[in-house]
Amino acid sequence: MLRLEDVHTYYGNIHAIKGLSLRVDQGEIVTLIGSNGAGKSTTLMTISGIIRPRTGKIFFQEEEITGALTDRIVKLGITQVPEGRMIFPRLTVYENLLMGAYLRKDRKGIKMDEEHAFELFPILKERRKQAGGTLSGGEQQMLAIARALMARPRLLLLDEPSLGLAPIVVENIFEVISQINSGGTTILLVEQNAQMALQVAHKGYVLETGRIIMQGPSRELMENPKIQSAYLGID
Amino acid sequence: MFEQQLINGLTLGMIYALIAVGYTMVYGVIQLINFAHGEIFMLSAFLAVTFITVFGLPIYVVIFMTMGCCALIGVMLDIFAYRPLRQSPRLAALITAIGMSIFLQNLAMIIWGSRPRPFVQEALPAFLRTPALSFGEATVSWLQLTIFGTASLLMIILFLIINKTRVGTAMRALSQNRTGAALMGINVNRVISFTFALGSSMGAVAGIMVAIYYNTLYPTMGYVAGVKAFAAAVLGGIGSVPGAMIGGIILGIAEALGAGYISSLYRDGIAYAVMIAVIIFRPSGILGKSTVEKV
Repeated sequence: MLRLEDVHTYYGNIHAIKGLSLRVDQGEIVTLIGSNGAGKSTTLMTISGIIRPRTGKIFFQEEEITGALTDRIVKLGITQVPEGRMIFPRLTVYENLLMGAYLRKDRKGIKMDEEHAFELFPILKERRKQAGGTLSGGEQQMLAIARALMARPRLLLLDEPSLGLAPIVVENIFEVISQINSGGTTILLVEQNAQMALQVAHKGYVLETGRIIMQGPSRELMENPKIQSAYLGID
Repeated sequence: MFEQQLINGLTLGMIYALIAVGYTMVYGVIQLINFAHGEIFMLSAFLAVTFITVFGLPIYVVIFMTMGCCALIGVMLDIFAYRPLRQSPRLAALITAIGMSIFLQNLAMIIWGSRPRPFVQEALPAFLRTPALSFGEATVSWLQLTIFGTASLLMIILFLIINKTRVGTAMRALSQNRTGAALMGINVNRVISFTFALGSSMGAVAGIMVAIYYNTLYPTMGYVAGVKAFAAAVLGGIGSVPGAMIGGIILGIAEALGAGYISSLYRDGIAYAVMIAVIIFRPSGILGKSTVEKV
C-alpha cells in the first residue's frame, strides 16, 4: 500500500533520513520505533509531503507521491496525527473535527463520521463546544485522532500518540488504535514506547540515526535480545 | 461640541476599523505586518475615481469593481512579493512589505500625478451632504450615516465569513497551527490568498469612503491612514479581528476628541501616542491573546 524506496531527507544541511526503505501492506499496523532524533517524525513528515525528500521515491497504492503537495496526499487517503497533536487551540472541538474533513464534500458522510468519532471518544461529544486548547493532554490526543479520522484515511500515520500521557490513557489510546485498524484502516505507528507499539503492531522497523537497522514481525523483534536491551528495558 | 466630535470620531473609527481588519487578518495567517495595505486603500480611491470619470459608471457599480480589483492586487502582492519569502526570516518579508508600499505609492504618482485631487462629487447623490439626524447642536449627515451603515454591514459579513464558513474556519486554523492545518489537507497558499483578498476588499471600501468624506485623494494618503489603522490593530491586539474593530473605533473617537479639545494640529499625533501607550502598558492589546501554550 505504502512503499518508501531509498528516501533521503535533509533539514537544511542536516541529513536526517539516510536511505530509508519500508513498506506497509493493506490492513496492517506497522510500527517504526527508535529513540529521540532517530528520524521517525521526519519520516512521517516526508510521507505527508510537509518536507520533500532530496532523493528516493514514495509510492501510495502504486501511485508515486514523491514531492506531492500535502492536500493531494490527504486526498489520496493518507492522514497524519502529528507529534504534539497540533490541534487548533482556539477552535472548538467540533470545528477541529470539521477541519479534519476539510477536503470532503459529502455532507451525509461527514455527519456519519462525526457520530462515529463521538462514539469512539464520548468525552469529545461532551466537550464539543469547548475550545480545543482547554482539553487535557489525553483528550487533545483523542481529538487529534478523531480529527484525522474525519478525513476517512486509508492509511493513518500516528506520531507518538502516547507522548506525555498517563499510563491508563495510553492503554485507552492503544485500544482505540487496534479498533481503528480492525475497522479496515491501515496504520503506520511511530513510537518511543516500543513495548506498547510492538504489542499492537504486526510488523516493525527499528530506526537509528536515519537508517533502518532492523525489521521484521513484531513478535520476532520483541524476542530479539538487542531490541530487548535497547528498547524494551529487559536485560 | 462633544456630541459632534463623538459622531465624527465614530465615522472615522469605522473606517479605521475596516482598514485595520486587513492588517490583523494577514498578521494572523502569516505573521507579517503588510505595510503595503495602506497603498491598496489608496489605489482603491484612485481606481474608483478612474472608473467613474473614464467609464462613467455609477458609484454602486464602481464600489464592487474596485473591491474586486483591490482583492486581486492584494492576492498578486502576496504571490509575487511575499510568497517567495515564506521560508525566509520574518524581517525579510517585513522589509519587502515596506518596499512594496513605496513602490505602489510611486506607481500611483506616475499614473495619476502627485497633486491631490477632489473626489468626483457629481457621481454622488446630492442628499449625502444633507443632515440626516440631529441631537441638540450635533448633526449626522447622510454621508456619515451611510459610512457607518456600510462599514457595520461589512463587518458583520466579515465576522460571518470568519466564524461560520469553511474557508473562514480554515483561516483561523491556519493562524493557530500552520503545519496542523496543512496536514488536514488545507491548501495553505490558497487560504492565505483568500485572506489577502478579503482584507484588501475591506480596505478598498475604506479608501473610497475616505476619499469621499474628505473630498480628496493623493498617492501618499495610504501612508497616514495605514499607520493609523495599524495603530488600531495593535491597540485591539494584533491578530484579533474583533480587536481591530474595537481598536479602530476607539482610535477614531480619540482622534476626533483630541482634535476638538486639544488642537486639530495634533490629530495625527494621537494615533502615535495611543500606539506608544499600548506598547508600554499592554503590548498584547485589548483583545490580544496571551502566548501561553499547553503542551
